[in-house]
Amino acid sequence: MDMIKTTIDGREIEVQRDRWALEVAREMGIEIPTLCHHSALEPYGACRLCVVEVTKGKWTWLTTSCDLPIREGLTIRTDTPAVIAARKTALELMLAQAPDAEEVRQLAEQLGTKSPRFPDRNESNACILCGLCVRVCKVVTGKMAICFSNRGTDRKVGPPFDRSSDECIGCNACVDICPTGCIESRDEAGIRKIPMLKTELKLADCEVCGKPFAPIRQLEHMQAKLREKFGDDFEAGCICPVCRREQTAARLHNVAEKIG
Amino acid sequence: MNLSKVDNIIQDYKGNPSSLVMILQDIQEELNYLPEPVLNHVAGKLSLSVGHVCSVATFYSSFSLEERGKNVIRVCDGTACHLRGANLLKDEIVRALNISEGQTTEDKLFTLEVVACLGACALAPVMTVNKKYYGQVTREKLLATLEKYRQKDSCVLSEPNDSKKTD
Ligand code: FES
Ligand code: FES
Repeated sequence: MDMIKTTIDGREIEVQRDRWALEVAREMGIEIPTLCHHSALEPYGACRLCVVEVTKGKWTWLTTSCDLPIREGLTIRTDTPAVIAARKTALELMLAQAPDAEEVRQLAEQLGTKSPRFPDRNESNACILCGLCVRVCKVVTGKMAICFSNRGTDRKVGPPFDRSSDECIGCNACVDICPTGCIESRDEAGIRKIPMLKTELKLADCEVCGKPFAPIRQLEHMQAKLREKFGDDFEAGCICPVCRREQTAARLHNVAEKIG
Repeated sequence: MNLSKVDNIIQDYKGNPSSLVMILQDIQEELNYLPEPVLNHVAGKLSLSVGHVCSVATFYSSFSLEERGKNVIRVCDGTACHLRGANLLKDEIVRALNISEGQTTEDKLFTLEVVACLGACALAPVMTVNKKYYGQVTREKLLATLEKYRQKDSCVLSEPNDSKKTD
């Protein structure tokens, strides 16, 4: 493993070569705002909030730290005036793109950007096009039930061709990962509805308590994945998390009694 | 919809998913646009997610997901052409065909697209109809050209030489 020395905000540390600068800085307790970063996903560099100033030899430049691999001879600063200015601009642009995003407004306030110079798009929208939903969907389903369409100012996130997608398993991963909470999902009368994706999926009833708990399609997807791993006759069962917890607790209790 | 042609195109690229853009280009060449069912079919054949194909097809402005006219007019509004009155030329076409940018005439004869630089700046203002280049276009030249295509489509359909050639 290649260990190299680097300096972040004046503190020299030794890190493994090619680790992401953002992660290293955060481990050192340095605060860097992000909106499109998730440690379980590949970096993407969409929100531009994590910019830092990098110096190598005679050259200094601004770049995103989430997708900056640490190499020999890099000196990184996370708090220079240029960095702050770049973050403010990114936030201003985001405010114009997504005036309804609470998180963006809060960050903007923290950095002291109140009124953006750019006119907002006059439509209620909280999506900042960070691509987290698209990326997580790819990881969970191996597909893209939610995707980017168009480009430039027309770029948007939604189901392919704006139609309900067969590839959506209703797992809610996109709902949970969205930094601005703009994908809504609700379970109603045994149906999971994600309006933004035009998804409506029937929920399966728990074998034990009979309450609907997860989309049938999601359970089938999981079953298939588990069978890949554990063989064709693996049976996952259709038990909701609450009942499963109860069963496990009961089993542990039995064991504990036997041991005495 | 005849999918066997599409399948042949996919076959030409050995069903390689990284050739997606080329495949879509060839399909558009063949069908004049990219119908949604065809894109779904392509996704299936290349084992790609429909979402992936959708992102790619909607990203590039040279792909059209709507049916286009028999003749696609591209007016250049690149720097050189802009300076030489590209927007006047565009307005003239808009008036002559009664369609705006990106639209198709009702008789499905013409589609108007505005692009940035057709790579023939010395001839500015430039426009192309299908693959044929027209340089230093004036109002008269434009109207005559449109008329020519109208005539042509009422009799023969083949264009003599479709390659990069100027008039
Ligand atoms: S976290 Fe680096 S660009 Fe968004
Ligand atoms: S600017 Fe029109 S051809 Fe280059």
